[in-house]
Amino acid sequence: MRIVVDWDRCTGMGMCESLAPDVFEVDDDGSLIVHSEEVPEGQEGEVREAVASCPTEALSLEGE
Amino acid sequence: MPRLVVVGASLAGLRAVEAVRRDGFDGDVTLIGAEEHLPYDRPPLSKEYLSADECPDPRYREEETFAGDLEVELLLGTPASALDTTGRTVTVAHRAVPYDGLVIATGAHARTLPGTEGIAGVHTVRTLDDAQALRAALRGGARRLTVVGAGFIGSEVAAVGRKLGLEVTILEALETPLARAVGERMGRALTHLHRAQGTDVRTGVAVSEVLAEAGDAAERSSTHGRGRVTGVRLGDGTEVATDVLVVGIGARPTTDWLEGSGLTLDDGVVADETLAAADGVYVAGDVARWPNGLFSGVVDGPMRLEHWTSAADQGGRAARNAVDPASATAYETVPYFWSDWYDGRVQFVGVAPEDGADHIEVVAGDDTEGGPFTAIYRAGERIVGALAVDMPAEVMKYRRLIGGRKSWDDALELAEQRRAARAQKAAEKQREASS
Ligand SMILES: Cc1cc2nc3c(=O)[nH]c(=O)nc-3n(C[C@H](O)[C@H](O)[C@H](O)COP(=O)(O)OP(=O)(O)OC[C@H]3O[C@@H](n4cnc5c(N)ncnc54)[C@H](O)[C@@H]3O)c2cc1C
Ligand code: SF4
Repeated sequence: MRIVVDWDRCTGMGMCESLAPDVFEVDDDGSLIVHSEEVPEGQEGEVREAVASCPTEALSLEGE
Repeated sequence: MPRLVVVGASLAGLRAVEAVRRDGFDGDVTLIGAEEHLPYDRPPLSKEYLSADECPDPRYREEETFAGDLEVELLLGTPASALDTTGRTVTVAHRAVPYDGLVIATGAHARTLPGTEGIAGVHTVRTLDDAQALRAALRGGARRLTVVGAGFIGSEVAAVGRKLGLEVTILEALETPLARAVGERMGRALTHLHRAQGTDVRTGVAVSEVLAEAGDAAERSSTHGRGRVTGVRLGDGTEVATDVLVVGIGARPTTDWLEGSGLTLDDGVVADETLAAADGVYVAGDVARWPNGLFSGVVDGPMRLEHWTSAADQGGRAARNAVDPASATAYETVPYFWSDWYDGRVQFVGVAPEDGADHIEVVAGDDTEGGPFTAIYRAGERIVGALAVDMPAEVMKYRRLIGGRKSWDDALELAEQRRAARAQKAAEKQREASS
């Protein structure tokens, strides 16, 4: 499963980071860093929650 | 075949129908909405929708998605008018729509100033139609904007007004804006953001009258003789002249259609921890009042949020519980909201305890000049909240601690680590710059 970010939509709110911190992190300037585009094993649940909670609907999953 | 009915076709309602379809629910699904519009995103309505020259389309999904992928029957422009929990039906335009599981997601509507109905130039911001009207008013040659209420939505509209070059005045009844939402000290800190941008913030003032003039013949007839706003009179007799008046004094949960249904209505529909309000009836979003287990003992009684993230999450949870009540699970969350003022962003997670003032610590930056800064909130031995202005990397790290019921000492330890990390980054930057 791969994470796809719509960079035009993401505004760096970090909701994703609070749910899946191993995968997402927001930098000091508000830009999103994706530590692993491939969803790490055992973290599918957290990443799905992160996708659903993003207030700009910037995240989606490929190959679910 | 089980049948899910969702009343309220906005964020919580949309997420409700999407969640059960994603899970493979193959019963009938009906989504009922009072507005003519397809479900749309509200946060932009007081932000980009007003400020951007190219007006964005806030719709979440295209119409085909509902009939196609989602297989949802969409009834728009048709408010539900009654609920019968015994016969399990919802009344829509004199038709009884049967349900096995029901999600109530009728949200909230803007409070108005009594006596201002129909006066041209007086606006609230809750719906797309509201935002369209306000966008036109702010861009139609208005010079002065007055906002009643220094809450988050009023503050955002004020910021847009300044961006568009208007003279902006905010009138707030409380001595400290937002004191209930973020505590006195942080309310003062946020007020700096306005003043730094030239917005005139007047606190502890009451609006006693909205002043209007008859206007020309066309305006007289379109406003039924109510005329156009010219200003407001305050409790002490002062007059504030204005071209546009925005009333941002909060929202009321939309529960009128549920009077007499037997559900408990008390500033929202009251539900249990699984969001159940009656057998087969679940609630989600701005209309829902439920006990958030994460903060039992910290806040009194059930809570009602008016935040995007919880409305989306509750929509999914309520619908899953409604189609499978036997395995209903509780909904717990660390509340989150953001608000965009001028070119900055305010973010808040958790709760601000009533007596918050003594239990706030600024752990990064400086709050006396309006930011950037990060502050954390304490209740007993726990960290229960965090507020950040223009520090996007900070607040979500505390959200995890709050969700994990971590201690105040843990929070201070994280604050120390973050300080060190920021210092290291700054040093690296400096090295790069000098090499
Ligand atoms: C201008 C604005 C800015 C905002 N900014 C932010 C922000 O920056 N950050 C943040 O976290 N949150 C923000 N919010 C809050 C967020 O938008 C709400 O929490 C969210 O919209 C709640 O969704 P909901 O589906 O519960 O209710 P709503 O969005 O209120 O939708 C309820 C829907 O139900 C319909 N309805 C009502 N009665 C009936 C009936 N009887 N039958 C059928 N349908 C009915 C209504 O017409 C409406 O479409 C903002 C809200 C507004 C208005
Ligand atoms: S939650 Fe969404 S908007 Fe926020 S940083 Fe993550 S992807 Fe970007």
